[in-house]
Amino acid sequence: MFVTLFVLRNLFRHKLRTLLTAFGIVIAIASFGLLRTVVDAWYAGANASNSARLVTRSSVSLVFPLPLSYAQKLRQVGGVESVAAVNWFGGVYVTERNFFPQFAIQAPAYLAMYPELTLTDAERRAFLSDRQGAIAGRKLANQYGWKVGDTIPLRGTIFPGNWSFTLRGVYDGADRTVDESTFFFHWDYLNESVRRLAPGRSDQAGLFVVKIRDPGEAAEVSQAIDARFANSLAETLTETEKAFQLSFVSMTEAILAAIQAVSYVVILIIMAVMANTMAMTARERYGEYATFKALGFSGGFVAGLIVAESFGLALLGGLAGIALTYPLAGIFADAMGTLFPVFFVSDRTVVLQLAAALVVGLCAAAVPAWRAARIRIVDGLRAVA
Amino acid sequence: MSDTVSDTVSDTALVSVRALSKFYVRGDQVIPVLVDLDLDVAEGDYVALMGPSGSGKSTLLNLVAGIDKPSSGTILVAGVDIAQLSEGDLAAWRSAHVGFVFQFYNLMPVLSAAANVELPLLLTSMSRRERAERVEVALALVGLGDRAEHLPNELSGGQQQRVAIARALITDPTLIVADEPTGDLDRVTAGEILDLLERLNRELGKTILMVTHDPKAAARAHRIVHLEKGILAA
Repeated sequence: MFVTLFVLRNLFRHKLRTLLTAFGIVIAIASFGLLRTVVDAWYAGANASNSARLVTRSSVSLVFPLPLSYAQKLRQVGGVESVAAVNWFGGVYVTERNFFPQFAIQAPAYLAMYPELTLTDAERRAFLSDRQGAIAGRKLANQYGWKVGDTIPLRGTIFPGNWSFTLRGVYDGADRTVDESTFFFHWDYLNESVRRLAPGRSDQAGLFVVKIRDPGEAAEVSQAIDARFANSLAETLTETEKAFQLSFVSMTEAILAAIQAVSYVVILIIMAVMANTMAMTARERYGEYATFKALGFSGGFVAGLIVAESFGLALLGGLAGIALTYPLAGIFADAMGTLFPVFFVSDRTVVLQLAAALVVGLCAAAVPAWRAARIRIVDGLRAVA
Repeated sequence: MSDTVSDTVSDTALVSVRALSKFYVRGDQVIPVLVDLDLDVAEGDYVALMGPSGSGKSTLLNLVAGIDKPSSGTILVAGVDIAQLSEGDLAAWRSAHVGFVFQFYNLMPVLSAAANVELPLLLTSMSRRERAERVEVALALVGLGDRAEHLPNELSGGQQQRVAIARALITDPTLIVADEPTGDLDRVTAGEILDLLERLNRELGKTILMVTHDPKAAARAHRIVHLEKGILAA
């Protein structure tokens, strides 16, 4: 109690210095948290993936579709439970600026594979029974003010023409890691329209999502699928949903590495600032530390006082920085729109922020504490005079 | 008051210094501060160390108080050769046996007078209540019973030195060492502090070793020891 009181009073002995240093820590920890959240958002798709889902696509490129007939052959591969064809639509809603992902899906199978997309029974029924129906994530619907029953027009780019959908449901994510900014409609509706407009492009799936019975057999099933289509006109590449998502992340790995590096540099900078503060503080108090030692207190006790004060300051700034991260992340997410469909400060980020603050506190105190612990009493007492 | 220097070993001495030398090495140069020095301080004695700047009086005080290590020689305090103690043992010994009074008081500015006085007791096994009782007595003894909750910067120099004396007394030490205790005080306040030290010696039987430049302060002691260039002078 006595020591705690002493440390707290010392902490606010130079209020301006303490507040400025704490402010620096707040900014650094909040920035660190925000950058980590951006990195997390990048990996959100991979993190939300399910190990019981595989993705089968053309081994040449994602640009090349696979014949719809593959769906039936995929279902015959051992370990496969269900299959759903999926196409990236890439339409434009009003203007090009309104970007959001749109997928044509074989809805019954797809929705069964993705229980994390939660709809009311009524909405689900309405969607499944309406060939021109669509569902949208809550975030997306809120962004454009869509309501169930609204007509959503999209201008096709990959699949030319003006397309019109009726919103039959708004899905919520089962948890906050689920992307709520995607638009889904029926693959059959797309295929029928394509068959009419460009018959040569019909009955083609961009990829297949494959649900397997045992996630532990993902590798074997993937190999079996690819072997099944080896030496065909359209060879396949099958991988887990996570690996598929990570392949997109890897395209921007350099940017991610830069963001991560910046997040650590921010911490290093504040560490240097705080080390300077603690060094100044300790230097001013060598006389007091020498007095403590003269009275019989150990060098370890004196070092402990400095470390405790440094921890106190780092914790003060760190907690304020963590608190600031939440509103900052909210503002950032709003500003980014659907670019980061899943954007939230994770528990892991908070733990990392707290750890970073404590590491800053410990490192900043290390040298002054070591010096103070070793200071010769007579030299320290001379510093008072 | 007598103006003599002891040159014989006393069996009853509380402090017994023998063949004490202290030198510093700066590069190739050896700088002697104390040279082959003998000194006895009897229990209950009040000794003033005088001498010009650089004569080694503060160094001698620091060595006897156990906050510096000699280059050679022995320092027996109450039968313990403190020159042989490890850093940890020496710290424990200081906390139990030495009370410090510094020229600039050396109080913790963020702690109240009572908390400053209580500091040395944190190294004991006393309960909070016992500590509080002792602090109250010590502050009353130095006439600051009503200033217990004041911070050092709310007290005058003389009052701060009284707090420092209360802190030096609180563990009932064997020896009180005072390094220029009146050096930062005006004449009247210095007189009050010297009165207090004299009382501690006379009424409580405290053994005091004091470094001073002030002949009037030294005159309060039972004995004055002169040092010149690290050697005791008659």
